[in-house]
Amino acid sequence: MSLLSTTNLSVTRGGIPVLERLTFTLSAGEVLVLRGPNGSGKTTLLRTLAGLQTPSQGQVHVDPDHIAYAAHADGLKSTLTVSENLKFWAGVYGQTDIQPALAAFDLTRLTGRAAGNLSAGQKRRLGLARLLVTGRPLWILDEPTVSLDASSVALFAAAVQQHLATGGAMIVATHIDLGFEAQVLDVTPHRAKLASQSGDFATGFDSDEDGAFL
Amino acid sequence: MIRLLQRDLILALRAGGGFGLGLGFFLILVTLVPFGIGPNSERLAAIAPGILWLGALLACLLSLDRIFALDYEDGSLDLLATAPVPLEGVVAMKALAHWITTGLPLVIAAPILGVLLHLETAAYLWLIVTLLIGTPALSFIGAFGAAITVGLKRGGLLMSLLVLPLYIPTLIFGAEVVRRGALGFEVATPLMMQAAITAGAIALLPFAAAAAIRIALR
Repeated sequence: MSLLSTTNLSVTRGGIPVLERLTFTLSAGEVLVLRGPNGSGKTTLLRTLAGLQTPSQGQVHVDPDHIAYAAHADGLKSTLTVSENLKFWAGVYGQTDIQPALAAFDLTRLTGRAAGNLSAGQKRRLGLARLLVTGRPLWILDEPTVSLDASSVALFAAAVQQHLATGGAMIVATHIDLGFEAQVLDVTPHRAKLASQSGDFATGFDSDEDGAFL
Repeated sequence: MIRLLQRDLILALRAGGGFGLGLGFFLILVTLVPFGIGPNSERLAAIAPGILWLGALLACLLSLDRIFALDYEDGSLDLLATAPVPLEGVVAMKALAHWITTGLPLVIAAPILGVLLHLETAAYLWLIVTLLIGTPALSFIGAFGAAITVGLKRGGLLMSLLVLPLYIPTLIFGAEVVRRGALGFEVATPLMMQAAITAGAIALLPFAAAAAIRIALR
């Protein structure tokens, strides 16, 4: 069963075309890893797939009720505790049980801690635990392992394996090897011509922190 | 949706949440007016309806930019936009949370502060009624303004410029009802006009605000 497919998809960022002619399919149990240099448009592609942006050309075929999207920012409220943050998102997605998600990301001891007092890696783990309480089959993740240490990456990889085993799928932009089989989509050949011609724009953002959001 | 309302209320009540900001401003403004105008009770009574309504309006304006800006900065707005809740509902709940934490305390505090301004006895009922009917419009119009400026850094000034003209009808009819009430005149027409503005704002603006947020998130 195909959870996500695109035909001849082109995406733009701020009116400037960044990627074009992308055609791929993602089925249950599969992982698609996006690769490409900073500023090549991975985030823009993921936002388009998640429905936050409209494609400039082509189509995305996906049921919006299958998607769980996680971006650079974790969407945590610093004055709420770990369990309050997670309970809120579970409630939004109509779920009630947050214990498995807390256990999967080793957050059980931190439940009463305000999210503002967590370390960067702990915040990220809480952000990823949110995916488990959505109950959605298709994860769209943008650099999920930023600020995670090796053991936390292993927790994440285990959570993904579990997700895949239960019929889930994942499309992820990441630079590290998660240690399991995945299709790799290198976006470099799909970079829009206009963007590569105006090279100043592309390289100008590369050294910048904003490049991470392109 | 109820979860979102609960979360926003908890966030507002916790440290740094901004609850009481509007109320505090309102208290300070209204207590300072007699010092500025002088203790002449007739003069104070004449301007009391206008001052109380103006104070309530500015107090509402003060906390508007927090409605969406904080959620935009920490990424929650992206996640809410992809969550199984309609964005129109998100806007309505956030406007309602703003009203409960800002508008409702003003409704409760205004009659007490009316004493300081020698408000006519007959006007107290109408002060409470107009604030109760009018402040939801301030929150919903404000949420619309906040949605339009959500992606802009330092969008507060632009938002004030957009929102204040839209506040004027509510201010005019609100203060008019209280003034007429104080003099014992008939108040039905301005009261109905104000109620119509509130009903229209609640019915239409969540859709406009949600459309503005969708564009800002692109």
